Amino acid sequence: MQGYNFAYLDETTKRMIRRAILKAVAIPGHQVPFASREMPLPYGWGTGGIQLTASLIGADDVLKVIDQGADDTTNAISIRSFFARTAGVRTTTHTDAATLIQTRHRIPEIPLRDDQIIVYQVPMPEPLYRLEPSRAVSRRMHAMADYGPMHVKLYEDITRFGRVAVSYDHPVVVNRRYLMSPSPIPAFDNPKLHRMPALQLFGAGREKRIYAVPPHTDVVSLDFEDRPFNPIRAPHRCALCGAEHSYLDEMVIDDRGGRMFACSDTDYCASYQAREA
Amino acid sequence: MSVLLEARHISHRFGRTLALDDVSLTLRRHEILAIVGESGSGKTTLLNMLSGRLTPQSGDILYYDGHAATSLRVRGERAVRTLQRARWGYVAQDPRAALRLDISAGGNIGARLMASGARNYDDIRAMAARWLEAVEIDVDRLDDWPRTFSGGMLQRLQIAATLVTDPELVFMDEPTGGLDVSVQARILDLIRSLVRRLGLAVVIVTHDIGVARLLADRLIVMRRGCIVEHGLTDQVLDDPQHPYTQLLVASVLPV
Amino acid sequence: MRVMVAADGLAKSFVLHLQGGVRLDVLRDVGLTVMAGECVVLAGRSGAGKSTLLRMLYGNYRADDGRILIRHNETMVDLTQATTEQIIAVRHYSLGYVSQFLRAIPRVPSLDIVAETLLRRGVDLAQARRQAAAMLERLGIGPRLHSLPPATFSGGEQQRVNLARTFVAPWPVLLLDEPTASLDAANRDEVVRLINEVKDAGAAVIGILHDISSRERIADRTMTLTPLTNPSTSLESV
Repeated sequence: MQGYNFAYLDETTKRMIRRAILKAVAIPGHQVPFASREMPLPYGWGTGGIQLTASLIGADDVLKVIDQGADDTTNAISIRSFFARTAGVRTTTHTDAATLIQTRHRIPEIPLRDDQIIVYQVPMPEPLYRLEPSRAVSRRMHAMADYGPMHVKLYEDITRFGRVAVSYDHPVVVNRRYLMSPSPIPAFDNPKLHRMPALQLFGAGREKRIYAVPPHTDVVSLDFEDRPFNPIRAPHRCALCGAEHSYLDEMVIDDRGGRMFACSDTDYCASYQAREA
Repeated sequence: MSVLLEARHISHRFGRTLALDDVSLTLRRHEILAIVGESGSGKTTLLNMLSGRLTPQSGDILYYDGHAATSLRVRGERAVRTLQRARWGYVAQDPRAALRLDISAGGNIGARLMASGARNYDDIRAMAARWLEAVEIDVDRLDDWPRTFSGGMLQRLQIAATLVTDPELVFMDEPTGGLDVSVQARILDLIRSLVRRLGLAVVIVTHDIGVARLLADRLIVMRRGCIVEHGLTDQVLDDPQHPYTQLLVASVLPV
Repeated sequence: MRVMVAADGLAKSFVLHLQGGVRLDVLRDVGLTVMAGECVVLAGRSGAGKSTLLRMLYGNYRADDGRILIRHNETMVDLTQATTEQIIAVRHYSLGYVSQFLRAIPRVPSLDIVAETLLRRGVDLAQARRQAAAMLERLGIGPRLHSLPPATFSGGEQQRVNLARTFVAPWPVLLLDEPTASLDAANRDEVVRLINEVKDAGAAVIGILHDISSRERIADRTMTLTPLTNPSTSLESV
């Protein structure tokens, strides 16, 4: 495309972001500040993820973008075409064909490999923000590994609701040190973070933070010994492909209370259907 | 009994005000030390320094654990925080500021346990229930939010939430301030009996001479950032030497 | 005979800063020695310094000069030189004191006020309460009152709780400040019996008693203090 640098961002900005990424990889789970740029779409639409992708992507990369597991939603399509136009890279919807995957709120169902990178779009990088209004105080809490209040929150959930009430963005401890928000992925996806062979990068554009989980790193979901982390999944089969173990979306299909459960990962669902057929 | 905490030549300024002027003191294990003085005398500043919440501009605070005495400055913030989470406690005057009112009574009591690494829900809950009982609050209130509690109950809850980690040293800032007289008596009695049972060392800041007399083994009288008199509580209060102490004692309303 | 208390060269004056720094000399060069099993009663006009001397012997008032040796664990501790920690230890184990008025935390039951003396010495709670109950009953405070805080008691009852608090434990040295004031005749007799038992057990007793009949029944010796002349004014028992 005329008048733009490769992948939209100028090289100086990319270098700045790559430095932040290197630091983030060196301190797994630690939030590294970066000079987030204005992007041609508003905050909340994945500006953090896009900047990470832009500074990582090369001409040989194959890009996949998903939003809530789907390749065909507005956000996913527009980000994919953004990079197709500004970088001229190949794009795909197949998880195993991608070298770089940008995601909002899901991790693909099929396990990722060590030659892949996954970039998460993060609205709120600070896992303590609901507990501690002051950012200065929460940074000290991270520095001192002072994570008791997070457990108090889990204690309250179990006391009030009999179980942990959050079903997404369930906080994790990375490499036995930093408390980290996994971004608003369903708790169902949390186990996939643990020792994933692919490099995991997290970008928050509005909050100007980057953090990372290097390949094969321990990621443990917060819980109690006697109330172990136990994510729930809708007890159904996918209505389209019949898969029994994938994460399902619930859809209202008529005005009479009819409901359908289908895979949230559209690529997984399609390949499952093809296999079964 | 051996020394637990020691302040050496503490001085501190807030802007142009000299808040503490070369203050030294020692606290022994199992001892209750009261710091009295009018507002602005520096007693709360001193308490904040002894408890590691504020670093003095000059002088040193030493804490003796086991055999070695190490200055808080040398230990570093992280080590001091670890002490503050378990082996030390701090009871503030206003329980509403110290407790989390959007967290159940049990969660408030369990907070320090969880901060110190407790990860068993049932154990934490059982411990919280035990402590609620110890401070004479009905166990039925375990899951209630503290905002439904009276002032006296809140203060007792704060005491439970502080003592749950079995600390050896507790700092108290006017723990009975702002409470009705009848409620004060109950808190005093509670503090006294818990302190004895647990063998705590306590530094208590109060402007209430009566509280100091009933609880403290030893007394420090502060004025304008200096210690003007110190000694056995009854000695200082019954035979005050310094003009300011005489004024303080003479100003107490007879009961 | 063992010396239990040996004080000499005691001097005490009060500087009243609130009254323009007036200096009141109360005691000058006072001394006394008390043997085991002996009771010395302090006498003299009001203002002669009886209470001041008694309080100095307890470490409550600081001495300007002189020394006060009290037998504690087979050694003589000088209260004028002792650390606060030593004074507290002496008071817990060796030096009993009955004040004129009861001072206690509101809301604490009478039984626990009395048991406290034993708890401080490491006696277990059940045993301490048993002994406390027995001593209260001996002084005519029945079980019905044991669970009540003494704040609502009559003056005489409060004084008997105060006495029980001290007499519940044995003391090598015992100081009494008007122990029988505000008591009726029967209770007064009981207190005299208690004091004599303590003496027989080898304690040194020093007391102020205005009640002459009690005084005669316990005192081996009387020590009379005379008021010092002060330039300005005399003071009613400082």
